[in-house]
Amino acid sequence: MLIRRHRSSDPRPSEITPREVYQRRRDFLRTGVALGAGLFLPASAVADSSLDYSPGPFSTDEGLTPYEDVTTYNNFYELGTGKSDPSRNAHLLRTEPWTVKVDGLCANAGEYDLEDFLKPWELEERVYRLRCVEGWSMVIPWIGFELNRVLKQAEPLGSARYVAFETVMDPDNLPGQRRPVLEWPYVEGLRLDEAMHPLTILAVGLYGEELPNQNGAPLRLVVPWKYGFKSIKSIVRISFTEDEPPTSWNRSQPNEYGFYSNVNPDVAHPRWSQRTERRIGEFRRRRTERFNGYGEEVASLYAGMDLTRHF
Amino acid sequence: MAAGQRWHRATWWLLLLVALLPGLWLVARTGGAFGGLGVNPVETLLLDTGTCAIIALLVALSVTPLRRLIGLASIGRYRRLLGLVAFGYSSAHFLIWLGVDLFFDWVLILEDLTTRPFVMAGFAAWFILLLLAATSTRAAMRLLKRNWTRLHRLVYPAAILAVVHIVWLTRADYREATIYALILALLLGLRVFWALQGARKIRGQPARNGVG
Repeated sequence: MLIRRHRSSDPRPSEITPREVYQRRRDFLRTGVALGAGLFLPASAVADSSLDYSPGPFSTDEGLTPYEDVTTYNNFYELGTGKSDPSRNAHLLRTEPWTVKVDGLCANAGEYDLEDFLKPWELEERVYRLRCVEGWSMVIPWIGFELNRVLKQAEPLGSARYVAFETVMDPDNLPGQRRPVLEWPYVEGLRLDEAMHPLTILAVGLYGEELPNQNGAPLRLVVPWKYGFKSIKSIVRISFTEDEPPTSWNRSQPNEYGFYSNVNPDVAHPRWSQRTERRIGEFRRRRTERFNGYGEEVASLYAGMDLTRHF
Repeated sequence: MAAGQRWHRATWWLLLLVALLPGLWLVARTGGAFGGLGVNPVETLLLDTGTCAIIALLVALSVTPLRRLIGLASIGRYRRLLGLVAFGYSSAHFLIWLGVDLFFDWVLILEDLTTRPFVMAGFAAWFILLLLAATSTRAAMRLLKRNWTRLHRLVYPAAILAVVHIVWLTRADYREATIYALILALLLGLRVFWALQGARKIRGQPARNGVG
């Protein structure tokens, strides 16, 4: 039985957009696409991208950012640095076949086909706020599972203190990786306790469907209390390390992007304020909350730390 | 003469129309036409007015070098129009930042203006253009005499500040900023080169390539 803990950040049931409602449009589109594809392909080749999942904890009751906006306004530099580049270049990311390597300081390392990697885990929906370091935010219904399950299964050694993540490297197909805008492949990292936190998920979908490529298919991290760039996309490797792993934006501009990068209105980016954000779809800016509003859940992870220094 | 005058006036109006087209297009998109302003409308308004401003400023600054390079002295009379267009777009940019993006939140505005170098550079560039626009009339020219030319040389620091503004707000992809910087470097570099040549001539030394 699923025991739900109720928190202030949990949705009132009346305020969640029923899945049937937000899916109606998708169903309509999918029917159209299927009809279109059906003219050219055998029926078996028309993939059904909808996922089986149950509602999970920690979901917010704030209004969802429309699917259209979530999937056409992206930062995914591997597919181009403009906001609409990733959706336009999405087809260039090859997600099949896909393998995920789990290695480093753990007893149960391995390399898995994506299907085997995902098979043990039941999917749940997590409606999270996403706050980009650039000053905009969204509310996204992710489909995924808690990262801590994968980590526990890998049996980290006592010496493991951090988890490092790596995005796929494929410069032949990914146009962004042919330009040195960042050092490729994209890498990210979390402290082990951050990675083990139940808010931290690996997502395989959004809005009830498999992740579109521009959102980091087929497997991405979602850490809702940190700036969006920490939620690394299209993951091929997860490693346990003893030392703090390098992270891409920190490596690029260490004075602007720290390892922790917790959402914090009181610590400005050196070049712009982080006090406010524009929620996509809203006209007026809104105040940014500490830990993106997840302080109740995660503030204790940073007890005693000077978050101005460890930004 | 009368025919030349008419020709000049027609060109002036045509130029104004072309210069205002991106602005009119933006207004139409704000009204929902042509697919609207996209996922982040305020960002689109800010970026597009800023882009129009820097392009108009670079075009205005290329009039004098072009006049010399292609030997068409008459294009000089369109310089003021182009400068005013640049001022217009930068004012739209500034006002959208002030009134739409930050919605007259004076605490945030003052914080930005006093602590964010890229905001300071952009504001300074706009303020210079404001001074130049305010003194762009014939009456102001007569009144200021030789000081008018001195004052309007401030357009060079304004353009440098505008490019610095763009460089400082760029996160990682410097392609666009680099293009503006290279064009500005060329336009200012030509002026410096010609000025040095002129100085050499005045000192009685022959210009190296005999130009000017």
